[in-house]
Amino acid sequence: MNAASPSILAALSPSDNEELAQRRAVLAEIDASCRGPLLFLFSGSIIWLLVGTVFALLASLKLHNPEYLANYSWLTFGRVRPAHLNAVIYGFASEAAIGVTLWLMCRLCRTPLLFGWIINAAGVFWNLGVTIGVVAILAGDSTGIEWLEIPPYATPILFVSYALIAVWGVITFRFRREKHLYVSQWYLLAALFWFPWIYSAAQILLVLDPVRGTVQAAVNWWFAHNVLGLWFTPIGLASIYYFIPKVLGKPVYNYSLSVLGFWSLALFYNWNGMHHLVGGPMPAWLITVSIVASVMMTIPVITVGINHHLTMWGSFRELKTSPVLRFMVFGGMSYTLTSLHGIALALRSVSEVTHFTHSTIAHSHQGMYAFFTMVMFGAIYYIMPRVLQVDWPSARLIRVHFWAVAIGILLYVFPLIVGGTLEGMAMTNPDVPFVDAVKPSVVSLTLPYLKTRSYSGMLIFLGHLAFAISFGWIVLRWAQAGRLARLKTSLARV
Amino acid sequence: MNYGPILFLGIFLTVASSWCGLVLIPHLQFGRQQPVKIEETGELYPQSRPGIAQQGMAVYQANGCIYCHTQQVRAEHFGADIARNWGQRRTVARDYIFDKPVMLGTMRTGPDLTNIGLRQNSVTWHLQHLYTPVITSKGSIMPPFRFLFEQRKIGAKPSPDAVPLPKEYAPEPGYEIIPKAEAKALVQYLLSLKASAPLPETR
Repeated sequence: MNAASPSILAALSPSDNEELAQRRAVLAEIDASCRGPLLFLFSGSIIWLLVGTVFALLASLKLHNPEYLANYSWLTFGRVRPAHLNAVIYGFASEAAIGVTLWLMCRLCRTPLLFGWIINAAGVFWNLGVTIGVVAILAGDSTGIEWLEIPPYATPILFVSYALIAVWGVITFRFRREKHLYVSQWYLLAALFWFPWIYSAAQILLVLDPVRGTVQAAVNWWFAHNVLGLWFTPIGLASIYYFIPKVLGKPVYNYSLSVLGFWSLALFYNWNGMHHLVGGPMPAWLITVSIVASVMMTIPVITVGINHHLTMWGSFRELKTSPVLRFMVFGGMSYTLTSLHGIALALRSVSEVTHFTHSTIAHSHQGMYAFFTMVMFGAIYYIMPRVLQVDWPSARLIRVHFWAVAIGILLYVFPLIVGGTLEGMAMTNPDVPFVDAVKPSVVSLTLPYLKTRSYSGMLIFLGHLAFAISFGWIVLRWAQAGRLARLKTSLARV
Repeated sequence: MNYGPILFLGIFLTVASSWCGLVLIPHLQFGRQQPVKIEETGELYPQSRPGIAQQGMAVYQANGCIYCHTQQVRAEHFGADIARNWGQRRTVARDYIFDKPVMLGTMRTGPDLTNIGLRQNSVTWHLQHLYTPVITSKGSIMPPFRFLFEQRKIGAKPSPDAVPLPKEYAPEPGYEIIPKAEAKALVQYLLSLKASAPLPETR
């Protein structure tokens, strides 16, 4: 290439040197290749987010107002609650997680998204499976197994879809152009492998050919806890590891800490599940093993916490300007908090009080929402403008989204942890009646906290609406920009 | 850590370890338990449920009772389960060998139901409670399950199935409330819930 004829790359970005321009062009190619599948997955996930939040609000309102919409079997609390869980876990969170995983994998492997049709097919199947599942739960066809309520006529659809995604992940990894493996890739690869294992094992041992008695409970909580530990947590951490350094433009604080954090998580997290069964009808060793593993989780939690925090150190000013960073840091800090809280809840002396109370629900929302969901929001805010080549239309909507969900989830989690703990203290005191017409009881004590939760849910729903509008708007902008570009080319031809 | 196969091997081995430890070994240890003969009564315990109670279990499952009610009693001095009269003894793995699915539950928004068949053995109590919980339990936040009942015009004479209701909850004159088959089955299931047989491992 000579100086007289500048390359196309240099023409595209004249201020940069050619190597940088070339790297940018590769990234742009990767981003463009992800556009279709990501648009599909993120749209689906946001629709499920809204649907799931409506179910959540219904369930929350019904808890302190039992006559509300009470005469419709489809909307009874015991159906709306699992419908909420499945809509947000499999519809929203998993779909967002898959989208973010695909994009991160492509970027980190430096390869465009190959075989986009596999992902699109998987996306269609996934949404079909979740839709059938949620409708079935509302119709009364739940399996009655927590976190696995979707009946066996819908789960194979989910499984096929998931298999397609995992196969795609392996192909992309195999054809990677970047030989260096970044820490995020370890987590993503692990999650892609772990999830189908735990999901298929749980389906076979609980639904297709159930094991006997309380072994079912062991399998159930081995699975349910690992959905968090081996699926959402690795993808959430992979995202934080990618986006915080990316936005700040500086490397992760310490490589050895990343290695230690990853392997200690891999080693201990999957043994945690039985702490959901403290005091339950099964051998004590089984529960003890999980309590020990839960306490061992201090290692990955503190390591990862230090690593993220020290990467941020000195850059907290950036939080003012970058919404991506704001969501990521909120998520990262919540991860440390919720994990330490979870470790405390696993101890026998604490569990004796808090088990069976709303504090468990508060804890799970701190993990799934304050950590994971916030991270997914941040990731989507970063990814969308890059794959669509259009900016977010309204900074105000993003601000409304952030503050509504941030205040909303804090208002959800902390009062409910307090309320749940008080509930547990009352429940373990036999002098307090469980329920009573006039006297203070375990039930009456929880009511103010349950009402607070409904208000927080409304705030969170408002935030989700702002997010959905933002998302619809940026897609619209992109579609219009595309039409304008086509118009220009056709005019030029004339 | 730039070598894919080693990474993959580690990923495989870690999850395989907990699968062995938390799934396979428990299955080998207590996944093939059988009923035992109770010395006092000479009967085998536990016994599988009669058909109608089994149908009731499906109603319990379909309507998500598990999200507010547990079916497990913790040991004495661990929580107040026994002090609250939710059982005379703790429950053990053998109590559940015929349950598919096992519905231990994780929330006690309502009380534990392991022994509800012993605590409340009246069909009428259960029907009234399901129809509108505050009839029998003032202060309750349990949702009413009126969709498991139907309101019918009283024929030549009142149906023997009609649920007796206090005046403020009764339908308009000339009508009666009849439990549907699901409600009847659910009550039979609730009445079948009892785990009090003195098993050798609970002594």
